[in-house]
Amino acid sequence: MRIAIASGKGGTGKTTVATNLAWLASQNGLAAAYLDCDTEEPNGHLFLRPAIDQRREIVRMIPQVDPARCTLCGQCGEICQYSAIVCLEQKVLVFPELCHSCGGCALVCPAGAITETPRALGVVETGRCGGLGFVQGRLNIGEVSSPPLIRAVRQAAPPADLLLYDAPPGTACPMIETVRGADYVVLVTEPTPFGLHDLRLAWQVIKSLQMECGVVVNRALVGETEARQFCEQARIPILAEIPDILAIAEAYSEGKLAIEAVPGLQRIFARLLLDVTSAAGTNALPEAARRRLRSIADLRADPPGCGRPAPGAPSCLLALRGNPRAPNRARAISSPDP
Amino acid sequence: MPELVVISGKGGTGKTSMVASLAVLARQAVLADCDVDAADLHLVLEPQIRRRQTFTGGNKARIKPGHCTACGKCEELCRFEAVYFDGPGNGQAPRTFRIDPAACDGCGVCVRFCADNAIEFGPAVDGEWFVSDTRCGPMVHAQLRPGAGNSGKLVSIVRSQAQQIARERGGGLILIDGSPGIGCPVIASITGASRVLAVTEPTLSGEHDLDRVFLLVRHFGIPVTVCVNKCNLNAEIAQRIERKAQAAGAAILPPIPYDSAVTDAQRKGMAVVELGDSPAARAIRQGWSALCQQIS
Repeated sequence: MRIAIASGKGGTGKTTVATNLAWLASQNGLAAAYLDCDTEEPNGHLFLRPAIDQRREIVRMIPQVDPARCTLCGQCGEICQYSAIVCLEQKVLVFPELCHSCGGCALVCPAGAITETPRALGVVETGRCGGLGFVQGRLNIGEVSSPPLIRAVRQAAPPADLLLYDAPPGTACPMIETVRGADYVVLVTEPTPFGLHDLRLAWQVIKSLQMECGVVVNRALVGETEARQFCEQARIPILAEIPDILAIAEAYSEGKLAIEAVPGLQRIFARLLLDVTSAAGTNALPEAARRRLRSIADLRADPPGCGRPAPGAPSCLLALRGNPRAPNRARAISSPDP
Repeated sequence: MPELVVISGKGGTGKTSMVASLAVLARQAVLADCDVDAADLHLVLEPQIRRRQTFTGGNKARIKPGHCTACGKCEELCRFEAVYFDGPGNGQAPRTFRIDPAACDGCGVCVRFCADNAIEFGPAVDGEWFVSDTRCGPMVHAQLRPGAGNSGKLVSIVRSQAQQIARERGGGLILIDGSPGIGCPVIASITGASRVLAVTEPTLSGEHDLDRVFLLVRHFGIPVTVCVNKCNLNAEIAQRIERKAQAAGAAILPPIPYDSAVTDAQRKGMAVVELGDSPAARAIRQGWSALCQQIS
């Protein structure tokens, strides 16, 4: 079972959701692995602190022209769609940073003058954090194209019942490359105009790929209904709401897992894990793991601030600001739940 | 023409809110939203679109099911895992090949080597770009079709249009809102720029990602200024980031405190400096004076 955690906007909480789900799964008897597909800025390792036991360099192939054989026929330049190889009057020029490594130029060259040589793109690191499998890709600085590296991360997945892909932000090819290997996509958003606008874009991508998805609202505020309205209209299930509480933001800043810093959150994440695995349409969850997760999901008490904030539980902004001027949030926290 | 590009490495640190405020303070800079696959600046600046143009990132291959003989050459040669053997059958083969448009990179190799000429190759509409007026000056922005590739090419178009407008106006600042990450769209938005403003947050993730931004700007030889947003979230990491920034030779702006005024402004479609006095607005105004000296 492969679940991708994505979003349009950056910083909405993809890594928070992916790492906490992965850790909770592995702590409750699931063979799970976390795959960090945000190869430009991989952050999952900061929270999971894996022991890396294998590091593999990933290369992509770049054409090299042998001038002794080249007849300057120009067919390489004609097939190249990326202007990465150009045939001039006297010689052929290669621009490695523009090359997409399709291999077309080497295939068409009638003189056999083009060979492909490897160029380092990044590394794929694999390891473990206790019982949890861990894979991450790290793009080399200055390299443009992450999708081949993301593909290599997905291919390095260890055998597991549950794979969690932590996607890069955005809606372009790196996000597509991540989610298209998955059975189900979790879109993480925050209830702000930017968050909702980009959720809509991400949802359009998932729709165009004819994939199934659900939404997690992070930093959820009581009385904030825009995210809910959008999801109802678009008929996307809201899988979970993670409350906007200071303790979560503080734990995040220090690289701590939210479910360990705020134990009450285990209930939200256990329920999310159960929902996601059943929405992905598989029965891959072993019965023992399902029972344990169900007991966590049902029996633990509400965390402070979860949906119905306990009096005195500080919202992130209010607590940091120490200033009652914050109108939206102040109202949200103090008003009784309808 | 100075070009200031706001990036962050990590997403969600406050790039766009920062750009909106700088746009107000700069009074009539040329604005460019280069975060083309998740553009948000228009939500604050409410552009009046004057000109729009479709963007073609490249070609896509498509197999004509009636012509495919299922020889499998396309699948063998494709390096993008875009060819699937699940197309409809025809008189010659019970099953044909199909190309997944989301995975097709548009390299054209399958088209060239298909012995039966069964593959079409044509331009794909990958988005749209706009030249607009805003209350803060002209703005070039774009919308990549969700799921399309070639974001770097669209970023380059947006930037060159902004440069052209600035030239026609006889110079002046170009203010660019960038993308998260350090890959294709970010590289396309910073190469050749006068200065990068890296907006970060005091979290281990923000710090880690900023380290990679430093390596990136050094790689391209671009001067960098750092601003720590939401600085009171973790004072210790905020200080550590500023020390690292200094060591990396970066200029440093006054840090911006976590302030609900930033989200309030976003909800009202305003820049935080337009909303009246607030701790965040004060810090951004101070930062702007410092930036002006750095750019000139």
